[in-house]
Amino acid sequence: MEQATEVPLKKTPLNARHRASGARMVAYGGWDMPIEYSGIVAEHMAVRTRAGLFDVSHMGQIEIAGKDALAAVQRISSNDASKLAVGQAQYSGLLTERGTFIDDLLVYRLAPAHFLFVVNASHIPRDYAWIAEQIKPAGDAVAVDASSRYALLALQGPAALEVLQPLTGVELAGLKYYWFANGEVASVRATISRTGYTGEDGFEIFIPPQSADRVWQAILESGRSADVIAAGLGARDTLRLEAAMRLHGNDIDETTTALEADLSWIVGWKKEDFIGAAALREQKANGVSRKIAGFEVLDRGIARQGYDAYVGDAKAGAVTSGTQTPFLKKAIGMAYLPAAHTAPGTEFDIDIRGRRTRARVVPMPFYKRPR
Amino acid sequence: MASYPAGYKYTNDHEWVELSGDRGKVGITDYAQQQLGDVVYVELPEVGAKLKQGQSFGTIESVKAVSELYAPVSGEVVEVNAALKDKPEVVNADPHGSWMIVVRLTNAGEGDTLLDASQYQALLK
Repeated sequence: MEQATEVPLKKTPLNARHRASGARMVAYGGWDMPIEYSGIVAEHMAVRTRAGLFDVSHMGQIEIAGKDALAAVQRISSNDASKLAVGQAQYSGLLTERGTFIDDLLVYRLAPAHFLFVVNASHIPRDYAWIAEQIKPAGDAVAVDASSRYALLALQGPAALEVLQPLTGVELAGLKYYWFANGEVASVRATISRTGYTGEDGFEIFIPPQSADRVWQAILESGRSADVIAAGLGARDTLRLEAAMRLHGNDIDETTTALEADLSWIVGWKKEDFIGAAALREQKANGVSRKIAGFEVLDRGIARQGYDAYVGDAKAGAVTSGTQTPFLKKAIGMAYLPAAHTAPGTEFDIDIRGRRTRARVVPMPFYKRPR
Repeated sequence: MASYPAGYKYTNDHEWVELSGDRGKVGITDYAQQQLGDVVYVELPEVGAKLKQGQSFGTIESVKAVSELYAPVSGEVVEVNAALKDKPEVVNADPHGSWMIVVRLTNAGEGDTLLDASQYQALLK
């Protein structure tokens, strides 16, 4: 019998820190990552009410530069990058010709002809190979997998600004949502971005890997009086679900189009051409037969990923994400349903381990932060 | 480090049972609650349900996962801890005090097949 090859898990620069702090570690997308420190509920609530600090250094960074970099990005990224000023970021999709998701990403415009993509950890090699190949027709542009050059921290929550400000000369209050600035954090060269994956105000901080531990410690120290705590991937998942942010591999993948995922707003409809444009334009003209919907479970029970959805007696779709969320204290989730059954208020059933359980379509996001 | 009551018996699946006469009070261990993380939902059988040793008698869900609950002993469910319905988080706070069901034993000898506290703790190492 052939021996299975054990691929060692990759480690972020903060791995030793997580282990020393007693975090519970799990394998995630090929990485050894903290799923929780003090508990998912405590960390989730910290982010909603104070702030939490996440190590998201597993995320990938792919840079695209060259005279024709904008044309290259316009071809491979669904959103319209021409709308980005230098210093601005946007959510987007890396789509197939069918308009389905190879990955989702953030696109940062670092300079007029220099872009940074932040992609999902488990897709880095595949995304990079796809991008490098697909930008060739765009002219003078090259893609570089720069993932090893960055550690990435996310400080998220209503107290994020007051905790980070003492550590940086960048005037954070002047940094608008989905804009970024170069500067320093705790005397370490950093790019600070007002973005996140939690539905709260907050910042994502790109730093050199060798300085990650120093910045991590400095932020926790600065946040001590505000009771800022380290948070893991478990809370990151429940937070993003309350905010109805899609998770690639759950809610979007190569079988779901941007329109089915109700992400028409990340499609640059005014662009001349991009990968997936023809399929999406056709689907837009003809209408989608199924669409993602947010739901609440009405009976007792928690609907989880993979559970079947029923309209009447007919299997009508499946849950793509679902949990009991700590802040809203409800069992919520997302599911693909026949488009005619996705209006808020529509009821359907979910098979929760053999029991038909009533659920209702609700508007997304489930949680919206107070402003 | 949590202490495991010496008067309880334990299963390899991380349930405990406190045997007293023909009754057995059942819960999950501190180790089990730690592994689960924050408990948000406990589904228990009805009074009158008949259980065989090792049979699933319900489910416990944390934010991140669902786990089956297995009967440490055979018997009929005579009491269910309804308080867990609204306060499932007490399983995290006090796992060895948060009983789930009481069964009337149909095979008193089964207690001998279970682990005692020191055997159970050895299993966790």
